Amino acid sequence: MDLASAYDSMGADLASSLSLVLLSLGALVAVVWDAFRPRDRSLPWFVALILAIAAAIDLPSIGHDTTTAFYGLIHVGGVASFVKALVIGATLLSVVLSIPYLERTRHNIGEVYALILFATVGMIVLGTANNLIAIFVGLETMSICLYVMAGLIREDEGGNESALKYFILGAFSTGFFLYGIALLYGATGTMYLNEIASAVRNGGGVMFWGGLSLLLIGFLFKVSAVPFHMWTPDVYQGAPTTLTGYMSTASKTAAFASLVLVLVNIVPDVRWSDALAVIAAITMVAGNLLALVQSNVKRMLAYSSIAHAGYVLVGLSAGSAAGYSGALYYMLIYTLMNIGAFGVMSVLEWDGVTGRNQSLDSLAGVGYRKPLLGVTMGLFMFSLTGFPPLGGFLGKYAVFAPAIESGRTWLVILGLLASAASAYYYLRVLYVFWMKKADDTADAAVAARTSFVVPAPTAAVLVACAIALLLLGVYPAAMDITSSFFSDGGSLAFLP
Amino acid sequence: MSVSHVTSLVIFLPLLGAVVTLLLRSDAAIKWTALVSTTATFLLSIVLFSGFDSSISTATAPQLVDQFRWFSSVDVKYFVGIDGLNVLLVLLTTLLGPIVVLSSWNYISHSIRGYYALILILQTGVTGVFCSFDVILFYVFFELTLIPMYFVIGIWGGENRIYAAVKFVLYTLVGSLLLLAAILYLGYHAGDAVNAGVFTTDWYKLLAYGVPVGAQGWLFFLFALAFAIKVPLFPFHTWLPDAHVQAPTGGSVILAGVLLKMGTYGLVRFCLPFFPVAAQEYAMLFGVLAVIGIVYGALVSRVQPDAKKLVAYSSVSHLGFVVLGIFAFNSEAMQGAVIQMVNHGLSTGALFLILGMLYERRHTRLMSDYGGIARSVPVLSFFMVFSVLASAGLPGLNGFVGEFLILIGAFKSSAVGHPLLIGIATTGVILAAVYLLWMVYRVFFGPLTRDENREMKDLNLRELVLIAPLAVLMFVMGFAPNYFLKQTEPATTFLLETVSAKRAAALDAEEKKMVRGEDDNSESLSETVSLD
Repeated sequence: MDLASAYDSMGADLASSLSLVLLSLGALVAVVWDAFRPRDRSLPWFVALILAIAAAIDLPSIGHDTTTAFYGLIHVGGVASFVKALVIGATLLSVVLSIPYLERTRHNIGEVYALILFATVGMIVLGTANNLIAIFVGLETMSICLYVMAGLIREDEGGNESALKYFILGAFSTGFFLYGIALLYGATGTMYLNEIASAVRNGGGVMFWGGLSLLLIGFLFKVSAVPFHMWTPDVYQGAPTTLTGYMSTASKTAAFASLVLVLVNIVPDVRWSDALAVIAAITMVAGNLLALVQSNVKRMLAYSSIAHAGYVLVGLSAGSAAGYSGALYYMLIYTLMNIGAFGVMSVLEWDGVTGRNQSLDSLAGVGYRKPLLGVTMGLFMFSLTGFPPLGGFLGKYAVFAPAIESGRTWLVILGLLASAASAYYYLRVLYVFWMKKADDTADAAVAARTSFVVPAPTAAVLVACAIALLLLGVYPAAMDITSSFFSDGGSLAFLP
Repeated sequence: MSVSHVTSLVIFLPLLGAVVTLLLRSDAAIKWTALVSTTATFLLSIVLFSGFDSSISTATAPQLVDQFRWFSSVDVKYFVGIDGLNVLLVLLTTLLGPIVVLSSWNYISHSIRGYYALILILQTGVTGVFCSFDVILFYVFFELTLIPMYFVIGIWGGENRIYAAVKFVLYTLVGSLLLLAAILYLGYHAGDAVNAGVFTTDWYKLLAYGVPVGAQGWLFFLFALAFAIKVPLFPFHTWLPDAHVQAPTGGSVILAGVLLKMGTYGLVRFCLPFFPVAAQEYAMLFGVLAVIGIVYGALVSRVQPDAKKLVAYSSVSHLGFVVLGIFAFNSEAMQGAVIQMVNHGLSTGALFLILGMLYERRHTRLMSDYGGIARSVPVLSFFMVFSVLASAGLPGLNGFVGEFLILIGAFKSSAVGHPLLIGIATTGVILAAVYLLWMVYRVFFGPLTRDENREMKDLNLRELVLIAPLAVLMFVMGFAPNYFLKQTEPATTFLLETVSAKRAAALDAEEKKMVRGEDDNSESLSETVSLD
């Protein structure tokens, strides 16, 4: 690859990755801006604007074919545009939710928004990479920013614990990841995902399968699949609530997208799909059962997000085009539900102190005091349970149907039973919001906590998420967005 | 007179009403909107009924069809229509709509907007369940009924409402999620066999697909479990008394009147025709469970001190008859079962309404708190006695027709027709008379001892308007049952014929496979090899 031709193609490459460039520049501007005008209230809105523009750039190219850019380092168009738009969209929603929340809790320092942009750049590289090194660079860019964000509330020891735990376990998983990459390179002689399949000889051998296993473990850490989920509840509980929403959606989307791109490019084989099926089964069951016994809302949502990672893995374990696109579609639905749920919770810890320790029972009767929060939370909970006609149902359909098609009926039955159990804890939120009668002291506490006006940006995000879930629920044709990304054999459509 | 898209209008008009109520502020406007939209839906359903021709068989398509492709890449449709099996149930649902709204008029005193919106959404869900000819669509409506009912019981219910609401949802949800797994499995395999490899949940295509005998057993049980919980069939009935006792009157009426019928309807519409071999094989099991439910429900009813709980357990008993009729596999019993679903909706609905009126006056459901009130509220007592007699199966009123047909059919049946079993089932009719008349005696007759009871007011005009149509229908359906049986006959006949034809075909195929057993083995062996 000579330099001249690299310069020739650079214009086109940059144009196809315009959103990435824009976000990187935006992040740099944010850093400088904050240095000269600390805690400027217009900085977050500037960041939101950058994100909105970036999303608008990527949305139209979702319909295009997937190709690669920068000498095959990253994917652009098609599935890559979808991942970018989804990650950027999740970031945008989280930023808008964070603006009133961080202002109120007095953590509205400008670095947060710069970090969010840097993390988003990392997620995009991770979610669209076609090269193991690019995956690693994206992963680390994302993770380091997230470690800092998890510990944003420095005066809270829980926040510190959250950040430290995330950092240590994250570094640990990075180790797995790097070993995996090294072994894969040793076995195949290539770092490019689309060359791995053809470079595998004699069905792989120990080095290939060992490398792939370690790589998968690294991914499973990031998507918090059981038994690699230990960090999730503490980190989700300790981080600022709106940023928890961001971590649980955008970073998972990027990690799952990257995992999909790895899986479509390696040999279809019953060994890894069986392994993923088993992990999916354990994750769904353990996530839901552990969520059942939580009394803290953020912890409950953390375990619920573990369970949802299990549902996505069900789709991936099918190893078919429908399974991969179903998993990506699920991430879209999941992002809307989860950002919404964390958004509601961010408003309810309005005093800025009880955040980490807020128990569900302290929210009795919130629905009557704040109908907007009560109704939207109701929709999010029903959607998370998978009730039709909400998006959550079609998300489950998108990942479970391919698993049935590939003959894993047992896994689907298990997943559906696990989601029946999940109904208990999701409905308990609604019970507390709408049906529980608070005693007088608790009632006074709730009254104090709800003596505010729901800020307009938050309300807008919640309503938007709820309406989107309703529309996606009654308009299943939206599943076509993702269904054309992969050809029938399960590989990317552009591959021979 | 005909209206285009009448079926969809009947389904979704209440939903439109719900949206309107959510936008309104004044309580009176909300109530009137609910009343107007349910009444309009009922009138539309009369139009729908007039456009329905009972002589046309449902073999190839239902009538008054509305359909379009719903999922884009697979064959999942919005496909609704009317046939002999669902026409009466749809009418029952739309009839109960305004009645429920009227019965809640003063009973519901807080969060009025939410209540009426949920009741209206619930009606859309139930009507949709009955009209769906696509299994995924059916599932969507089936689940849609859970959400409003959870809130109706949980917010406007009695003392133990939370326990009852959660139990109701979890029980039903476990069944329905397993149903979803079975639907997905069936959709793929039917798609491979009869729809050029495209996933399909069209009722007619699934009907055309002969499920292999080996898979029929577990698929049948996954389907039947969801419906058995909903019916509820013994031993899955424990959620029902809780839900009924805790629910507000309107909720109880919908629950007993139509929600339970979704279970029995599902058995008839899906379980029997899709899995004929398994259905016949396990018919005796269901027959026995149904008869246990009949007798057990009746005995438990007899000892209840709480009148509402008594009627709740009587539902377990009465729906046992319906299940027995379904698994008898002959046209008398099947027709009896279909007509009995409607009868039970009318008479038990009426019983819950009257108990609700008593509760509004005295705020107690215990029979011991009443006694002799026939003297203070004669009109109310008349309707109560009338409904009780209908429910107990007095000849000349509607309950008799259904139960009689079911017992006759079941007795002749080769599937469940054991004389001892049917003999025990018949005692259910006698027991029903015992516990229901016992309740009437304790509540309405005997000495009038309490002053509060002496001063009770009799029915007002609103209550009269809501209860009278039910009484009239109970009389008409008992007096001229043939008119109603005629509506359902072609559909039930077609269904039974399909079941026996499909069963024969499946068994035939199985036999051929047994003969070719050796070939198959070697074939599957070579398949495994090529997979490696």
